[in-house]
Amino acid sequence: MTMILSVAVVAALGLGLGWLLGLASQWLGATTDPVVERLTEALPGSQCGQCGYPGCGQAAIALSKGEAPVTLCPPGGRVVAEKLAEILGTTFDPGNLPDRGPLLARVRTDYCIGCSRCIKSCPTDAILGATKQLHVVLEEACIGCGACAEVCPTGGIDLEGIPVTLRNWRWHKPGVGHA
Amino acid sequence: MKIFRFRGGIHPEGNKDPTACHPIARLPLPKRLYIPLQQHIGEPAAPEVKVGDHVLKGQRLARHQGSVSAPVHAPTSGTVIAIGDHMAPHPSGLPVQTITLEPDGEERWVETEPAVDPFSLTRAEVAARVRDAGIVGLGGAAFPAAVKLDAGNRHPIDTLIINGGECEPYLTCDDRLMREGAGYVVEGVRLIANGLGAKRTVIAIEDNKPEALEAMRVAAAAHPGISVLRVPSRYPMGSEKQLVTTVTGREIPAGKLSAEIGVSVHNVGTALAVCRAVRFGKPLVSRVVTVGGGAIRNPRNVVVPIGTPAADLVEFCGGFTVTPTRVLMGGPMMGQVLPGLEAPVVKGTSGIIALTAAEAHAASERACLHCGRCVDVCPVGLVPLELAARVRAGRIDDAAELGMGDCLSCGCCAYVCPAHLPLAHLFNYAKGEIAARREAQRKAEETRKLAEARRLRLAAEAAAKAARRPARTTEKAETES
Repeated sequence: MTMILSVAVVAALGLGLGWLLGLASQWLGATTDPVVERLTEALPGSQCGQCGYPGCGQAAIALSKGEAPVTLCPPGGRVVAEKLAEILGTTFDPGNLPDRGPLLARVRTDYCIGCSRCIKSCPTDAILGATKQLHVVLEEACIGCGACAEVCPTGGIDLEGIPVTLRNWRWHKPGVGHA
Repeated sequence: MKIFRFRGGIHPEGNKDPTACHPIARLPLPKRLYIPLQQHIGEPAAPEVKVGDHVLKGQRLARHQGSVSAPVHAPTSGTVIAIGDHMAPHPSGLPVQTITLEPDGEERWVETEPAVDPFSLTRAEVAARVRDAGIVGLGGAAFPAAVKLDAGNRHPIDTLIINGGECEPYLTCDDRLMREGAGYVVEGVRLIANGLGAKRTVIAIEDNKPEALEAMRVAAAAHPGISVLRVPSRYPMGSEKQLVTTVTGREIPAGKLSAEIGVSVHNVGTALAVCRAVRFGKPLVSRVVTVGGGAIRNPRNVVVPIGTPAADLVEFCGGFTVTPTRVLMGGPMMGQVLPGLEAPVVKGTSGIIALTAAEAHAASERACLHCGRCVDVCPVGLVPLELAARVRAGRIDDAAELGMGDCLSCGCCAYVCPAHLPLAHLFNYAKGEIAARREAQRKAEETRKLAEARRLRLAAEAAAKAARRPARTTEKAETES
């Protein structure tokens, strides 16, 4: 008798809680795709638009639908591509990725006319300056997206690689070229 | 005194006899000195002299910047002939900002702070003198010594350990220093102990240096607070974590500093430099360097002004007998390949070791046998073969999860590997990659914050504009009516 009772109680509990869970998922369920959320988190979030989508959110949606390759984010480079591939459960060939390394924008002092267009275009507010004054790039904040170089009317902004110094030099992988 | 055992470790051939038997020689003044502004961990020093300035020995050439940094002083009197790039004593061979000094041969000292009774100074004064003298850890890591002394204020230190382990093969500079300058070393030790407020002080010396042990015992006999401890010769005994375990039985938790468990470790050479700085007011301008290895004609220890090119040292020791296969700065286990003999001796240079082909043991790599010897010898209890497989496959995050960050780069695993896998190199690469990823992660977070701040700013501007517009129209309407 006791056994039948306990089986019944547990079964009832299971059924009841399962029903509650089912209801909860209908009424309180996540409205956004969790995969998209994780992808958005992995992307830099600077909305620079270099991938061709208006922002990182749209890029994440395209990624989740398989419309864009995981190597779409130039500022993110290899590290972000790896993370995206991991979230999507796919692999990618790092050989396909033109890993030019992170870039920094640099204002050519003799070209800058102080039009302040670059300042307005910068997604991270990394350019300082006032109208008709020389503008400068804050290296710490620059993500090398190149938005400023595109709008500069004099072509006075260059994108340069970050020079290798004792502080950022790393050992190369054994058997794979020399750094 | 009880000695505790750390796990793993190896017994490499010492090769110390050729240099340990000769007294320390003094190098004649080189023609040029190349003094890098970054000889320590932390921010580089900022130059205070101009090209063409005449400077005196011990004069400050560059001041420290930020909390973790060290000033740089003129190793002799002479003229500054250049401030610019010169090859760094670093495996990359990259240039580093360097002050080039042409000695005038007079060795005229700048007026130094008057000699005082060092034990009348307060802790803060001792730390200030150590900082102003530009003293960094002379064991090789070159961490600013004053920062370590200061850590004693944040964490109570009960045990000061003086590292006379010198477990690296070939190196004997600390051995000779203890034999020839034991009195000064012990005085430096007492000053550091005072500065830290340490209750007990242990000078740990490996048992392959009986003369140094004896000299230090005699010098320390008058000071009951200091004990000289004979520790077994087992590499990496001289590594901070392993030495702390050997002396105290305590293990430094992963990612923590020794100060956090109440222990501070300083090298014997650092103790000597502290004595000089605090008692005599003399900054750190020279150090003892072991010039050794099978390819050196007359291997020996030499007192060298900081900034001396390695080539001058090799020449002083009779040059090469054969073309060396590899020239290292530091010992053969953890030393770094010297990119060229024009690279200068810096504060952290313990040795210039020129290895012959037979000593370098260059052998081609074979497949891993899964013998597990690397696991047996790893002093931090990692599984090098598993780590190596992951690093090779590019699975850096997995390697990090297996404890890659705790690797000391001691090279024990590579030393015993019968398949000659480049384990130490793989792990250096992996640790660099982990650091690069952490940096990229930090930058990504920073970018996100900046982008968010910009979005808020633009929204606020738009809102302010919108708020102004109706106000203006109502104003207009009022004036019209």
